[in-house]
Amino acid sequence: MDRFTALLMGFLSVVLVNNFVFTKFLGTCPYLGVSGRLDRALGMGLAVTFVTALSGTLTWMVDAYVLIPLHMEIARYICYIVIIAGAVQLVEMYVRKFFPALYDAFGIYLPLISTNCVILGICLFLDVWGTNNLLEAVVVSTGTGIGFTVAICIMAAIREELILADVPKALQGAPITLITAGLLTLAFMGFAGMIK
Amino acid sequence: MSASNGSISSPYSVALFSGLWQENPTFRLLIGLCPPLAVTSAVKPALTMGLSVIFVLVCSNLVVSLMRNLLRPHLRIIMFTVTIATFVTICDLFLKAYQPQMSETLGAYVPLIIVNCIIIFRAEARASRSGPLVSMLDGVGMGAGFTLALCILAGVREILATGHLFDIQVMPKAFVPWLAMQMPVGAFITLGLILGLINVLTRKKES
Repeated sequence: MDRFTALLMGFLSVVLVNNFVFTKFLGTCPYLGVSGRLDRALGMGLAVTFVTALSGTLTWMVDAYVLIPLHMEIARYICYIVIIAGAVQLVEMYVRKFFPALYDAFGIYLPLISTNCVILGICLFLDVWGTNNLLEAVVVSTGTGIGFTVAICIMAAIREELILADVPKALQGAPITLITAGLLTLAFMGFAGMIK
Repeated sequence: MSASNGSISSPYSVALFSGLWQENPTFRLLIGLCPPLAVTSAVKPALTMGLSVIFVLVCSNLVVSLMRNLLRPHLRIIMFTVTIATFVTICDLFLKAYQPQMSETLGAYVPLIIVNCIIIFRAEARASRSGPLVSMLDGVGMGAGFTLALCILAGVREILATGHLFDIQVMPKAFVPWLAMQMPVGAFITLGLILGLINVLTRKKES
């Protein structure tokens, strides 16, 4: 039971308290760039969640079972990036085959997921946080993807409304989006300290 | 590239200078925004990050440019990222060895240079299409533009958050530090306002 609570806390922590977008600025490019429409943001978020969960788990396994026993930590980043690129390729083929409409809507953004900082970010932070069992790695990396989805969806919904707002000329476009993001960050700071 | 139109300068100087302002990655193109937001709570880490990016950008542009005839369309991105990851590993080990404290401050943001969009974008847009010299100059220019943006942002945030700049008191003693500037919210809002200011300035110039 204790273990279950710990996992649940870890999950909530990466979704709300240590949300990658709000506290670590990872994945800011798609967060500011793509999130103009809610449905597209949700699709993007789910694709990222899947890739994050897959590559977080895989890189943790490669790290723990291959690189550390062989003392090959120096090749860590190269291994990580190859695994991520492979996972993205897999998702791309899957989406193209089963959801062609979604595939067309994503366009260039789908292959670009491999350069989404959230994904490499979670692979690196699993090491920084000292995750030491497989289940924890799976839960935390899935949670990170969901945290990203939450952030990008909130942003998309706000921006849908923002089109109708009367924004000063100088701040139209990217500046107002960044300021909105700043205020959202402030709101999410309310969660800080609830879970370590 | 639109920047190369209209001027009589050589391709070398265009490659070198367009990154500084006309195509400044942070202020004009809005790409690779994670490090500008994450490491700019003080000027020192921002400068270190900028120099690391210049190193990686120049080296990866050179290598990509040398192997541009070997690239295959479907393997392009993976070849770019593996090249970049190699140089980032070198950079990370160098920082760990000679600047251990700075390496700790920057933490995971050094390896995250691998997925910085600026570097892949330059590999794709410039290095895979032009010779080694132009590509390297392009790397220097883009990297310098990025460093400049980082330092401006970090300077504003550090002065407002602590009243210091490089440990030198800048603001009067009575100044109350804005702690919020050191937090994520400060990063987003400062960058937003700077972009707004740039919008105003460029629009005045055009009209």
